[in-house]
Amino acid sequence: MSADAHAEHAHGEGHAEGTLRGYLIGFGLSVVLTAIPFWLVMTGHFDSQTTALAIMGFAMVQIVVHMVFFLHMNTKSEHGWSMMALIFTLILVVITLTGSLWVMYHLNTNMMPGHDMSQMP
Amino acid sequence: MTMTVTTVQDAGVQPVFYVKDEHDHPEGGSTMLGFWIYLMSDCLIFAALFATYGVLGRSFAAGPSPHDLFELPLVALNTSMLLFSSITYGFAMLAMEKGRVGTTQLWLAITGLFGLAFLGIELYEFTHLILEGATPQRSAFLSSFFTLVGTHGLHVTFGLIWLVTLMVQVAQRGLVQTNRRRLMCLSLFWHFLDVIWIGVFTFVYLMGML
Repeated sequence: MSADAHAEHAHGEGHAEGTLRGYLIGFGLSVVLTAIPFWLVMTGHFDSQTTALAIMGFAMVQIVVHMVFFLHMNTKSEHGWSMMALIFTLILVVITLTGSLWVMYHLNTNMMPGHDMSQMP
Repeated sequence: MTMTVTTVQDAGVQPVFYVKDEHDHPEGGSTMLGFWIYLMSDCLIFAALFATYGVLGRSFAAGPSPHDLFELPLVALNTSMLLFSSITYGFAMLAMEKGRVGTTQLWLAITGLFGLAFLGIELYEFTHLILEGATPQRSAFLSSFFTLVGTHGLHVTFGLIWLVTLMVQVAQRGLVQTNRRRLMCLSLFWHFLDVIWIGVFTFVYLMGML
């Protein structure tokens, strides 16, 4: 079994392994980064535009925290191929989300009922 | 690695060399990268569902809106269940690296209970919505809501089935290399679901209540 483990390590640098410290830091950050958005929305201290931007910012940071401390992403694991796959996926995700919202927003605006009543018979 | 030389009789023709055996791969050496790529494809499914919700999320068809339906304290409780299950899975992985079978099983069981609590709360929320008449058929908003959150819930369900399967396997064979690899795959899957949930509670629940 130990020879097996050795072979695995020699092959692909393996996967980065977590430490207790890493997991606890990640958990602490996640709790704070989850609690603040909930508090912001539940108390409604700020106007909705500011709150929306703030909670989106907190979500982004929390996703990065999870990626680093829980999923152990780094540029070296699997010779950088997992980071490459992640970057490629993120590009596709951004295209899917912004593309859909952009196109459908304009479609909705331009095809509101009654928009072009003068053309009706 | 064996190298075979084909000797060609004709003078002046270069000899041809080719590698007969494939380069030796240790078993499971590429599983983690392969599983990561699967997770990335799963990420694209969720991207499409998020985009659908983003487009349809305000089409209420004169039906109920998020303000009428969502209860943030319940969502906060649900979120904490998933977050706790993430850290307990991390503890299971740490125990696995030290080779402690009993501790690993204990943390896996606790993770499973948190996951079950998450699913229970989600199912309670869904039945509550459906009994109020906010069914998936009511409006485009509710269709996309149930599809997105339901897909995440299905993933958690399958994660739980996988978790129980691995607990049985660890009980039968111990923390052998194969089981360690499987537990590492499930670790990626479980933490990945938590990442998706960050998107769900931010964009669906919190943004809906603004």
